[in-house]
Amino acid sequence: MEKTNSKGFWRKPLDIDKIEKKRGIVHIDEELCKGCTFCIEFCPGQVLEKRDKLNSKGYHPPYVKYPEKCTGCGFCERVCPEFAIVVEKELVK
Amino acid sequence: MKAKILTGTHYMLGDHACAEGAIAAGCRFFAGYPITPSTEIAEWIARRLPLFGGIYIQMEDEIASITALIGASCGGVKSMTATSGPGYSLMVEGIGLAVMLEVPCVIVNVQRGAPSTGLPTLVGQGDVMQARWGSHGDYEIIAISPNSCQEMFDLTIKAFNLSEKYRVPVTILADEAVGHLREKVVIPPQEEIKIINREKPKEKPEEYWPYVPNENLVPPMAIAGEGYYVHMTGLTHDERGYPDITGEAHEKLVRRLIDKIQKNKKDIIEYEEVMIDDAEVVVVSFGITARAALKAIKEARKKGIKAGLFRLITIWPFPEERIAEISKKIEKFVVAEINQGQVRREVERARLNGVPVIGVHKLGGDLITPDEILEGIWKKQN
Amino acid sequence: MEETKLMEKKVHPLEEYFRKERLPHIWCSGCGLGIAMTSFLYAIKELEIPKEKVAVVSGIGCSGRVAGYVKMDSYHTTHGRPIPFATGLKLAKPDLYVVVFSGDGDIAAIGGNHLIHAARRNMDLTVICVNNFNYGMTGGQFGPTTPLEAITTTTPYGNFEYPFNLPHLAYSSGATFVARWTVLHAYQLRQSIKKALLRKGFNFIEVISPCPTGFGRPNKIGDAIDEMRYYRENSIIRNGIDPKEAELSFRGKIVVGEFVEEERPSFLEIYQKFLKEKGIEK
Repeated sequence: MEKTNSKGFWRKPLDIDKIEKKRGIVHIDEELCKGCTFCIEFCPGQVLEKRDKLNSKGYHPPYVKYPEKCTGCGFCERVCPEFAIVVEKELVK
Repeated sequence: MKAKILTGTHYMLGDHACAEGAIAAGCRFFAGYPITPSTEIAEWIARRLPLFGGIYIQMEDEIASITALIGASCGGVKSMTATSGPGYSLMVEGIGLAVMLEVPCVIVNVQRGAPSTGLPTLVGQGDVMQARWGSHGDYEIIAISPNSCQEMFDLTIKAFNLSEKYRVPVTILADEAVGHLREKVVIPPQEEIKIINREKPKEKPEEYWPYVPNENLVPPMAIAGEGYYVHMTGLTHDERGYPDITGEAHEKLVRRLIDKIQKNKKDIIEYEEVMIDDAEVVVVSFGITARAALKAIKEARKKGIKAGLFRLITIWPFPEERIAEISKKIEKFVVAEINQGQVRREVERARLNGVPVIGVHKLGGDLITPDEILEGIWKKQN
Repeated sequence: MEETKLMEKKVHPLEEYFRKERLPHIWCSGCGLGIAMTSFLYAIKELEIPKEKVAVVSGIGCSGRVAGYVKMDSYHTTHGRPIPFATGLKLAKPDLYVVVFSGDGDIAAIGGNHLIHAARRNMDLTVICVNNFNYGMTGGQFGPTTPLEAITTTTPYGNFEYPFNLPHLAYSSGATFVARWTVLHAYQLRQSIKKALLRKGFNFIEVISPCPTGFGRPNKIGDAIDEMRYYRENSIIRNGIDPKEAELSFRGKIVVGEFVEEERPSFLEIYQKFLKEKGIEK
């Protein structure tokens, strides 16, 4: 049984069946990315990871490695200096 | 209660007439810094302009003053400042910005003895070249020189009109003598004063590009806050206003800024000619010195010399074609100015056939007398 | 591990606020200016301020380029002079939200005089000063906020001069809202900008940003990501303290927060009160 949630820190709340969980879908414009890695480093759920491939400017853009851990907090969108990330929030049953 | 301009006949200080002229022209923003001999303009404006709902703000220095003018003009309000030589020297970078952004504004330079702190309370006419070339690079501006208190009123209105029509900063090159003179000034009712406002864009905001010129080479100006989302930059820019750092874009832009004034010279240039038609000697002058020159040529005529006066009202752009035309029929020019020869150089450049140009110069502090100009008229060479 | 749909081009929530045709912008990889700009645009969006009511004025420098990317009336003026320009613009059109977006050199060095006087007048402006501790655009020279002993191209032996404490400077000149955040505090920065936009009077927000090219590399801080990690480890939020105590030291603590929030009649309030008392219509 899973003891922790996506953040890996907290124990499971007792009313977890009643809470609406949100999930995020992260859309990344790879060509705008300049490889600063802020999104990867500062994602609270450590959801993103560097791609192996390079974009046309020679940077490694990110990709979503653990999509099920993404809660749609949107910090990657806020901290991206390049307007390269858009986060969509979705409810998950 | 709606404030009105002081229609009527007055015995007025030149500086005050200039300030009232600005208000009559529609100026509603003044950002300045007190400096002798232009302080009276600021004081009059500080008292009168708020009654019209305008703002007088005393900035921390002249650099802030010129920049605030440009900001206010971008917000659609006619704006003016008044200073003298030392302040104008601080403003030249801002004037360059106004030229590049193509923002209308009026700067009054009540010239005094220079260089440096010089003679704060005494006359000078030595900022002529600075008005033309003060800022870095190649550009064109308009500079106007009043010679009486009445002209301080009338030409300030003309300055605003030219500035709005051509989207260019206009300098009023007054001098301390005219600024501190008291004379009769007749102020007409507001409805009789001809005001020109900047051309507004006709297109919808989505189709508007800030720097597409009309047939006068002047782009219609959109002001802030009306949905046009203009971007204005001091960098070399293209017609959308976006920076375009290439030689090609620079050629295109700066060429148009120069042509904007050069190709419209007929509309801009104004001068006064007295007894020129049969003249053999023509005195060229401006500002307070032109009044002494007028007396001098009348005296010369009494003594049998066919003298005439060419008074510059617009000093820049310089009326080269007219000077060239006049030079064909005369024996010599006499240029009288309270500086080392700034307008004389222009006359020498423009005249044809090597017609002699005699200079009558003083360097500042004292007026040139009619007798001194008469001496120049007698002189064969410099 | 399934990948989410990455290649789908989604419309960025701020798309109507920036000039998309000018992207990608000129700032270096890891520069915090993009974050400062997006925080500002999010603030405008969340307050639902109509774009035509916002004017952005900037000076010269990397921070000055912000004006060129926002889709609003924007003015890229001469070095050090965005504050008097914004003063003139605001006084001409008092109903505009006029925001000055500029850098530490532009605002505190050549523009220092204008900063203190606009603060003294409590002029109705919001000034966002992006502080990257050097003059980035010209290649990394030192400026009035460069820390003591830091290495830059014009302080190759270490800076001999002390830096300004910008919040302290703004507050002691008369600013009524003073805050400092790093670009890592993107959320708090956005909240402070929102507060500033809705306030009257002079609002000053200092934004600490990494500059890997001009500052990070010569001072062996590493990449932008290392500078950001440093902010994470060393920044302390102290809302409401005296800005004099707001430490910002090299390889030391970074105190951030909203330090000052006071009420004092602003320039426009005083002027408009005068107009009303005299019964003057514009």
